[in-house]
Amino acid sequence: MARQVLAGGVRAVARVITWLENREPVGTAVLKRLTSPERPAMVIGITGYPGTGKSTLLDQLIAAYRRLGKRVGVLAVDISSSLTGGAVLGDRIRMQRHADDAGVYIRSMATRGQSGGLARATRDALQVLEAAAYEVILIETVGVGQSDIEIVSVAGTVIALVAPGLGDDVQAMKAGLLEVADIVVVNKGDREGADTAVRDLREWCPHVLRTVAVKGEGIPELIAVIAEQQRLRDLAHTLS
Amino acid sequence: MAVATTPLRVLIGKVGLDGHDRGVKLVVRALRDAGVEIIYTGLHQTPEQIVATAIQEDVQAIGLSIHSGAHNSLFPRVLQLLNEQGAGDVTLFGGGIIPDDDVPRLKAAGVQMLFRPATPMHDIVDFVKGLRVER
Amino acid sequence: MNERKSRFSSLSGLEIERVYGPEHLKGWTVEQDLGRPGSFPYTRGIYPDMYRSRLWTMRQFAGFGSADDTNRRFKYLLTQGQTGLSVAFDLPTLMGLDADDPMARGEVGHCGVAISSLADMERLFDGIPLDQVTTSMTINGPAAVLFAMYLAVADKRGIPFDRLGGTIQNDILKEYIAQKEWLFPPEPHLAIIVDTIDYCTAHVPKWHPISISGYHIREAGSTAVQELAFTLYDGLTYVDAAVKSGIDVDAFAPRLSFFFNVHNDFFEEIAKFRAARRLWAREMEHRYHPKNPRSLQLRCHAQTAGCSLTAQQPMNNVVRTTLQALAAVLGGTQSLHTNSMDETLALPTEEAVTLALRTQQVIASESETVNCVDPLGGSYLVESLTNRLEEGARDYFRTLDRMGGMVTAIEQGFPQREILDASQRYQKEIEHQERPIVGVTDYVEQEARSIPTLKIGPEVEQEQVARLSDLRKSRDPFKMAGSLEELQETAACHQKLMPALIEAVKAKATLGEICAALKEVYGTYREPVVL
Repeated sequence: MARQVLAGGVRAVARVITWLENREPVGTAVLKRLTSPERPAMVIGITGYPGTGKSTLLDQLIAAYRRLGKRVGVLAVDISSSLTGGAVLGDRIRMQRHADDAGVYIRSMATRGQSGGLARATRDALQVLEAAAYEVILIETVGVGQSDIEIVSVAGTVIALVAPGLGDDVQAMKAGLLEVADIVVVNKGDREGADTAVRDLREWCPHVLRTVAVKGEGIPELIAVIAEQQRLRDLAHTLS
Repeated sequence: MAVATTPLRVLIGKVGLDGHDRGVKLVVRALRDAGVEIIYTGLHQTPEQIVATAIQEDVQAIGLSIHSGAHNSLFPRVLQLLNEQGAGDVTLFGGGIIPDDDVPRLKAAGVQMLFRPATPMHDIVDFVKGLRVER
Repeated sequence: MNERKSRFSSLSGLEIERVYGPEHLKGWTVEQDLGRPGSFPYTRGIYPDMYRSRLWTMRQFAGFGSADDTNRRFKYLLTQGQTGLSVAFDLPTLMGLDADDPMARGEVGHCGVAISSLADMERLFDGIPLDQVTTSMTINGPAAVLFAMYLAVADKRGIPFDRLGGTIQNDILKEYIAQKEWLFPPEPHLAIIVDTIDYCTAHVPKWHPISISGYHIREAGSTAVQELAFTLYDGLTYVDAAVKSGIDVDAFAPRLSFFFNVHNDFFEEIAKFRAARRLWAREMEHRYHPKNPRSLQLRCHAQTAGCSLTAQQPMNNVVRTTLQALAAVLGGTQSLHTNSMDETLALPTEEAVTLALRTQQVIASESETVNCVDPLGGSYLVESLTNRLEEGARDYFRTLDRMGGMVTAIEQGFPQREILDASQRYQKEIEHQERPIVGVTDYVEQEARSIPTLKIGPEVEQEQVARLSDLRKSRDPFKMAGSLEELQETAACHQKLMPALIEAVKAKATLGEICAALKEVYGTYREPVVL
């Protein structure tokens, strides 16, 4: 199975992630046999309140990285019902145009009781995707703001998404996520209040960008800023 | 060995062009309330998208809703793609407006179950819960 | 006294008391709230004499297979006493796709007739005098294109546009809310709708450029209040867009028409029609102050509720449809479609559709319910329900106003979620035995009773694809491509679209080609996820 994962076999990747989600020993055994690729994947986390357009932005990022010829993996996390354990995983609706692209793997994950904005097995799944040679891995968090903090320890770049008109949420996020976000994106940037939001947020974060994800506006700029941010981060690593 | 509390993963989606998603959304809600993890694909999916999604998400079953009359071409196509891509173990079931005459042929082709309009929701939930198998 | 239930409620969940009297109509006055038929606020009907002078139009929605199949059905219905035509298109056509599009596979001719080109439209109306019938076309996303085809057919036959009568549904907001057949984002769609309104006002004065529809909202599981509220608010949104574009309200408002569902709750449905007329008149008066009283009048078409039909014991559907049809008549509808008993299984057979038409004819000719205008006016129950439906709709109006209008509300998934929640409540009521359904939850028969259904064979698709292939080979490709370029430029510059569309269909551009060209300019729409 490990060999199939390393060869990029989609069925194998999917099944191993299931094992890891279900905490089956065989999953852990396979995980141990997976080797990291020579060049680590670029891991980008996207967080933000519901309604800010996370999935739409993700869809645009997939398209953009595909145009650059990258293999793209996506882990989209949604919350499990604490009452029944069930979950509706609907993030990928926005990304379905990439469903039958062989260079894209999308996996929906339910939190299964894990707090912090990621699923129990997101970290492990990330390792599987990396071993299967996905070069860019996008992680969409649950999106509840302040408590959505786990992503920081997983992703090389964390993007916090806000949208005009959700003012109180921005205030709430300032206390938590905006402090650790590498890039803040004001999505739905053609709406009223976008200018104020951008100006306001610049006081908190050096990288504030404006996008209109449904139209693809601002995506090339975002890709450039992500690349620059990752370059500086790697440089800092090398120097330290 | 699967832990008893491991949720089932099921893909629910709409293939073809019709936009009647009232029933399918109620099924999604009912399954969630029954502890199932549902991957919902939304409207207007092609059989290719459905099968690719089912494989990436490693679901145990696919439930498709069709109200457009295209069931006789869409269900067989999904089955064909599943088999071609080595995912013949995924259970396919469906619902919507499917005349009685067409049911035997679709079942013979490999559609596990077809729910008629006005099927009580708990019948669908029971069916899905019954799919729990070792894998 | 022991009553059968602790709480009695309407199908929409409004509590119904044991008996109604004057105490339920506090603040209600005959002068303000009831009025006379044909006068403001039109609670009792938009005409003084209603069915005493002219019966409603019996308009059976029809369409299946190829243009020739449907043309034969139309001619049959006209010989059986039907008074207007109503075209049902198949799903590819409704989505602006040609029959040979990969997404159309298996769907051609299934839920309606396949129309991909002007040539198909000519065959659909072959031998039917377009200046003597009125034609309703249930088409929304690509409505302007199909309308252009219809106009081009008339033009070829030398019929002046001012002699054409009919309706295009052309209501995109309810597509985003319920029916889910759209092509573009809301903004360009609204602009196209305003464009068709403008074109009709100038060139096709007897045409209804839009039929603002609650039917599909109800079929998606809404309550009567939600159907009323969202439909009328959609209507106000269109009026607003047209007025803002500079068209005088009195130039088009008299040509607006509505389309409602008639569900099972007899009195609630009657009240819904009455509340709709009163609410529309009051809101139009309040918001736009039109000078022509016809701008205040809500004209409507009604269709019995498809979602109330059952596959089990299908003949029971005839009875349901009869009661629903009677409610629409007592509610004062201007035209009516009665569903056939087999419509939950497939498109109707000729026998079933004839019986459905006969249902209307029996009500009109034999029941003597048509002699008196608004026969239930003054009933304490019906007046109380009318008040409560209007109030419930006004509550939604306030919420929608606060949200910044219908388009914003749709983008936030508000009406969609309200309807889905209502639908779930109803489903639970059925499962908890609170809403019995004869033949399904009660009085179930073990042995299935089957009735014959209409089958659409694969040859329909094959023939349609072949016809398209011939068309693409035989036309002048330069002329066709030129017309599409012209169309794109017109769209990009926000110029009037209808003339460019008529030119494109005459140049034999297909429906799919035209819609694809427009999508390049306008973009596509992705719906908010509501679960």
